[in-house]
Amino acid sequence: MRAAPMGEAILTGSLSARRDLLAWVGDRGVYVALVLLVAFNLVFTANFATVGNLRLQLIQVVPVAIVALGMALVIGTEGIDLSVGSTMAIAAALLPLYLGYGPWVAIPIALLAGGLVGLVNGGLVAFVGVQPIVATLGLLVAGRGIALVFAQGRLTELFDPTLTAIGTDRIAGIPITVLVAAAVAGVVGLVVRRTTFGRRVVAIGGNRGASVLAGLPVRRTLVVVYVVSGLLAALAGILDTARLSAADPSFVGLLIELSAITAVVVGGTPLSGGRVRILGTLAGALLMQLISATLIKHDLPDSTARMIAAAIIVAAVYLQRTRVAA
Amino acid sequence: MSADRLVGEEQGVVVDTTGSGGVDHRAGRREQVAGLLQRGAVFLVLAVAVVGGSVAFGSSFASVENFRNIAISSSFLTLIAIGMTFVIIGGGIDLSVGSLLALAGVLAAYGSRQGSLVAILLPLAACGAIGLVNGLLIARAQMAPFIVTLAALLFARGAAFAVSDEGNTTYLIEPGRAVTGLGQGTVLGLGVPVLFALAAFLIGLVVLNRTSYGQAVFAIGGSEDAAQLMGLPVARIKVLLYVASAMLAGFAGVLVAARSSSGLPTLGAGLELEAIAAVVIGGTLLSGGAGSLTGTLAGVLLLGVIQNLINQVGTLSSYYQQVVSGAFLIMVVVVQTYLSRRRRL
Amino acid sequence: MEVDEIEAPTPVLEVRDVSKRFLGVVALDQVSLALHPGEVHALVGENGAGKSTLIKVMTGVYQPDEGEIVYLTQPVTYTRPRDAQAAGISTIYQEVNLVPLLSVARNLFLGREPKNRLGLIDTGRMHREAADLLASYGISVDVRRPLRELGLGIQQMVAITRAVSTDARVVIMDEPTSSLEPREVERLFEVVNLLRARQVAVLYITHKLDEVFKLCQRVTVLRDGRLVHTGDVAAITRLRLVAAMLGRDAAEVQAHGVTSFGEEHQQRDDRLVLEARGLTRRHVLDGVSIGIRRGEVVGLAGLLGSGRTETAKAIFGAQPLDQGSVSVDGRPLRLGSPQAAIGAGIAMLPEDRKAEGIVPNLSVRENIVLAALPALTRAGFLSERRQDELVAAFIGRLRIKASSPDQPVAELSGGNQQKVLLARMLCLDPKVLVLDEPTRGIDVGAKAEVQSLIDDLAGKGLGVLLISSELEEVVEGSDAVVVLKDGVVVGTLGRDEIGEERIMELIAEAGRADAGGTDG
Repeated sequence: MRAAPMGEAILTGSLSARRDLLAWVGDRGVYVALVLLVAFNLVFTANFATVGNLRLQLIQVVPVAIVALGMALVIGTEGIDLSVGSTMAIAAALLPLYLGYGPWVAIPIALLAGGLVGLVNGGLVAFVGVQPIVATLGLLVAGRGIALVFAQGRLTELFDPTLTAIGTDRIAGIPITVLVAAAVAGVVGLVVRRTTFGRRVVAIGGNRGASVLAGLPVRRTLVVVYVVSGLLAALAGILDTARLSAADPSFVGLLIELSAITAVVVGGTPLSGGRVRILGTLAGALLMQLISATLIKHDLPDSTARMIAAAIIVAAVYLQRTRVAA
Repeated sequence: MSADRLVGEEQGVVVDTTGSGGVDHRAGRREQVAGLLQRGAVFLVLAVAVVGGSVAFGSSFASVENFRNIAISSSFLTLIAIGMTFVIIGGGIDLSVGSLLALAGVLAAYGSRQGSLVAILLPLAACGAIGLVNGLLIARAQMAPFIVTLAALLFARGAAFAVSDEGNTTYLIEPGRAVTGLGQGTVLGLGVPVLFALAAFLIGLVVLNRTSYGQAVFAIGGSEDAAQLMGLPVARIKVLLYVASAMLAGFAGVLVAARSSSGLPTLGAGLELEAIAAVVIGGTLLSGGAGSLTGTLAGVLLLGVIQNLINQVGTLSSYYQQVVSGAFLIMVVVVQTYLSRRRRL
Repeated sequence: MEVDEIEAPTPVLEVRDVSKRFLGVVALDQVSLALHPGEVHALVGENGAGKSTLIKVMTGVYQPDEGEIVYLTQPVTYTRPRDAQAAGISTIYQEVNLVPLLSVARNLFLGREPKNRLGLIDTGRMHREAADLLASYGISVDVRRPLRELGLGIQQMVAITRAVSTDARVVIMDEPTSSLEPREVERLFEVVNLLRARQVAVLYITHKLDEVFKLCQRVTVLRDGRLVHTGDVAAITRLRLVAAMLGRDAAEVQAHGVTSFGEEHQQRDDRLVLEARGLTRRHVLDGVSIGIRRGEVVGLAGLLGSGRTETAKAIFGAQPLDQGSVSVDGRPLRLGSPQAAIGAGIAMLPEDRKAEGIVPNLSVRENIVLAALPALTRAGFLSERRQDELVAAFIGRLRIKASSPDQPVAELSGGNQQKVLLARMLCLDPKVLVLDEPTRGIDVGAKAEVQSLIDDLAGKGLGVLLISSELEEVVEGSDAVVVLKDGVVVGTLGRDEIGEERIMELIAEAGRADAGGTDG
């Protein structure tokens, strides 16, 4: 389903200044957009520059950001993971079931479940050869069902002090959930830039055939990437549940895969893989969150937010493609 | 390797020499069986499901009334899946169809106040326009179909909510309007939507298999580079694919609204995934270049029958339904992938 | 530049002072060429000389940066292949550019299917007409079969049939015989002569000079993107033609051969460093066995589609096998795993460097070390320092021209990209090198460097398996040659027996041997 026919050299056309500029915007445009949006809000939105609001925005962006980090890795291998929302729901549904044994039993179990979902995805993609969109689609559907089965379809309230603390407390004024997200971002960023694993991810996405012939452990790497995505999705589900002190399997993570994919793509990581921009992904998540918040603050309806999001996605991807030859 | 000789060798005629001492590229027995299985599996499973359901549930499943219901509820998905089949054979994908259905339904209800003609034309025009934008971005701007139609999904859903005042206003179609006949009427005992679905299926069958356009779609999905070099108007064909897919979804939305006499902006969530599932189950390769509408139809019916069977059990919660659906899709795709690998020469 | 002018009728297609650049690399530099009706015009040059680029400019795949195309005395601009085709310029490409999943008949008639009165495709008529059309060109095949089930030679004949069965005024053929057997080549020549009689102009690109002298009236030579000779075939000798292509003195070419391969390699010893036995894979290979000694270069010869690349990949573990064994230095190798092959000391240079070689968005540095990552890893982290050392060493040794090691490898010229891939292989300190078309698509200078490098490496005791579609390379560079046809070894030639004619004989013989077989 690639959209780049005439597979002739990527060395086509002359490098005009205009093309350079467009390519740069495609790569770094998200930062510019973010700055512009913040500036806009500083001027036009009441109570924007307060600590409280800043904190609120960051707290709200945590689940998408964490999921998007995992998604960035998957997209880096030219794959996709549509099941992340359902994985979040599974983790959220499992927590109340095992909280009786204590939070430090329930949390690892929920994480493990996420890893298992990722294992299935990775196995299907890497070893059976199913296309990622179809494999993770199946898990999306089945996973939501599994979550609903675990939770009997009900919203469950949680009364665990540790969990509540994780969800709502702060350290040095920064919410714990935000710190966790930052830590995850730091680790993933490090992995992508400095480790062999990270190198393998971008190589596989850049040219799978070449990676095989260069002796890279392609299948193993793919499985790990999907496992990580599942783990991070589970983590996002846990944090979300901790913050709300309630687990609602029907709504947790609904449509979050779309938000995550948007954040990744807008942030400069191409769907065709081969390059992973962690900072860009974070910026993309923040941008989408800020857009939604700005619209709400200015009494613009949700529907407008969706339509604007759509336009932004198209613009971001359109600009990205000027890098790759037509 | 068996020798493969054709008369005329002595006159210097160049013959198909595959198998004459070297490797034979023809499909061997195993590959032929695998091919048949891949194409025919869905019909087999459908037959098994119907027979099994009749045995297990007797007349509550195997009644004319029940089959009629399955037909009606499948007709909307059929329309969408037909468009999806074309798009996928052509090497693309369309994720926006579910949202387009919702948008069309809202517009149909909204427009019904101006008359039945507006109720039909307004949604078709809107969906056609969105499909056109999709097609242009994909074919001319060379953007990935996945992301373009994903954006269209968001846009259409947003528009549906915008028209219906964030879901606060549900437009209703007055009972007397002609357009309701499209959704609620029956002809020869069959619901009108079913007839439309059948008509679309037959037309689609002819277009896909007996027109130059259909051949071109197969070619583009099989090898877009070759199709381009062979002189096909690739961009034009692709744009048409997405316009058709969008308008079929739009028409399905009109029918839904006609049937329920209302336009809800929340409808159709996940419908595109169901359509993709039906197409894949029906034997069409997700990578493009090969596929069949008959298979898609069987896939849609299979999904409908399974849904119905689950309802027959009654005690199974809808959650298990989802698990079964998802697991089923995965199973089918795994088998398909395995079979298509065996066939690769 | 030599130009022999002879009076000729008005050209049907002309290229005037056309230039084309890609990211600073000059592919064509002020090239002019004229095609006359009824003329078969050869276009020759080394790989990377610009022949493919010129055709693509002529047919609308690329637009020229300078110069113009004149068709039927009018200047034209084609922005896509479709426009050129509609105007009457038909092209047959080296890779079969048909749709593999579709049947022969559908491929033949794609875009111009016969219709019945209702405007729908008349499938029966389509199949009949397809069979008749192919029969009129001497090809007999079941037109209902998917194209991919046929041998590459027949596929190419189908492509040729499609291209010439239109009302084209110009037919461009790019290496049309690379996958054809001698019988099919004769058939192609008859087709070309038919076209001549119809006053169609044929542009014939080939590196087989015999075909130039047998078939063509005029010849144009390109070298490094520039026109270096154009004139009548009758007015030039084969030797001078080769010299023009290489940019060398004719006498020197005669003395030292066409390539930069040196004299025979001194073999270190008689032990086999690599032994492949009975490699078999349904539809692909049948009992292929090859042995390579230390310091020996074994050439793998055969037509396109004969299984050379598949053999190379099978040895390297990238091609699944039904049967067979490979051993390195006497130790059996685990099949089906490039990792295992690399671990045992085999390194492979793939045929298609774009599809399977370079990772385009990664830098030169990242591409070079790609296969050697395990050696550079400590506790999961990549050692930047060791990486840089390795990269600097190879950039120097292979003279890789890049603005910096961080330059995206996609921006390098073909020759330098190939050197990056060679560096990647050599990082592994291998015992055996499997080289699949190592000089394809690179300029003459880089080509000479690569050929010398291969000599060097063999001299140091590496075993080399060399695949090249340029027969001179195989002949001049190898110590022994294995000839493949349709996935079967049809002959092995020792040092004294190696020669172009002998290789072609073996390929032709294999076909004829079956002709005399059981069914007669």
